[in-house]
Amino acid sequence: MSRLTGNSFVDITDVVCPMTFVKAKIAIEELGEGEILEIKMNEGEPILNVPRSFKEEGHKVLDVVNNEDGTFTVFVEKGK
Amino acid sequence: MANVDYKELKKGGFMKQVDKDRFSLRLRMVGGQITSEQLAKVNEIAQEYGAGYIHLTARQSIEIPFIRLQDIDTVKEELARAGLQPGACGPRVRTITACQGCTICPSGLINTTELAKEFDERYYARELPHKFKLGITGCRNNCLKAEENDIGVKGGMMPAWEGSQCIYCGLCEAVCPTKAIQVKKAEEKLIFNEQDCIYCGKCVKACPTSAWIGKSGFIVYFGGLFGNRIAIGRQLLPIIFSKEKLHEIIEITLAFFEEYGRPGERFGNTLDRVGWDLLKNRLVGLLD
Repeated sequence: MSRLTGNSFVDITDVVCPMTFVKAKIAIEELGEGEILEIKMNEGEPILNVPRSFKEEGHKVLDVVNNEDGTFTVFVEKGK
Repeated sequence: MANVDYKELKKGGFMKQVDKDRFSLRLRMVGGQITSEQLAKVNEIAQEYGAGYIHLTARQSIEIPFIRLQDIDTVKEELARAGLQPGACGPRVRTITACQGCTICPSGLINTTELAKEFDERYYARELPHKFKLGITGCRNNCLKAEENDIGVKGGMMPAWEGSQCIYCGLCEAVCPTKAIQVKKAEEKLIFNEQDCIYCGKCVKACPTSAWIGKSGFIVYFGGLFGNRIAIGRQLLPIIFSKEKLHEIIEITLAFFEEYGRPGERFGNTLDRVGWDLLKNRLVGLLD
């Protein structure tokens, strides 16, 4: 469990790179600055690249929860 | 056409073809890069003096096949106009290969392009007992296959954690491939087992608050072979951080090969014959 609650949630475990980031990016664009997107993603390539791509686009990862089932839930605050 | 010195031609990048008096011309390239202007010149030469096509070599160079013996000097002049030269073949340092590195690739940890240019300036075509391959890869993803070279260089990153910046999100723990990092969110504590770190830089790249700071370095592999015999290059030294130190290591290694290598013997085979420790002992003296 995270200490945070997302304003919105997206599950990207059903897509593969490069659609993982695309799907997550579309979801964060729906939000306003400072709002939090909760993203469920697979371990391996997605956890390595999706949070990093958000960082590069000016958003901020706040928390990462290991769901212990091969997936992570990542909380990202929308930047400017 | 009397007394054609094929060895001399090969040294200068003209490889004798199956077809009589035809040569495949290898170009001197660095890190697999060529300007668009040079590429236009290559196109022109292939059309006028070759057979209208080029071959991409296994090690990031270009060859223009079907150059006629009588056109060799003209072709060299044409190449020179675009700042191009024939490449090296035979018993010497060959094309320096490199991935695109940190200036282009988000995974890159070192500037492979710049390093490849330095390697080319300092070591290219240096005479040795046998062919000698130098390759540079920017990170552990190893797109450029460092370990298959006589000397392969791989970018690495030593991470250091700055507690005051950390928000204990746990992303570094999630991305660390060796589980060297443990984040205890409730206690706001982080444990980093440095001995398990493989210098992949993933924690540094992922960290949202720059609590992980990375120091780029070079991991060097020796004696790789990927021809008649296949052998994986070995890491003999810890990661090094100074580029000058890296050049010293290469100079010492090339001098070692010159001293101990038999003509026609690949470096990995020389090391097997004389003992790897002989080289290692020379190199460790360099480290602080």
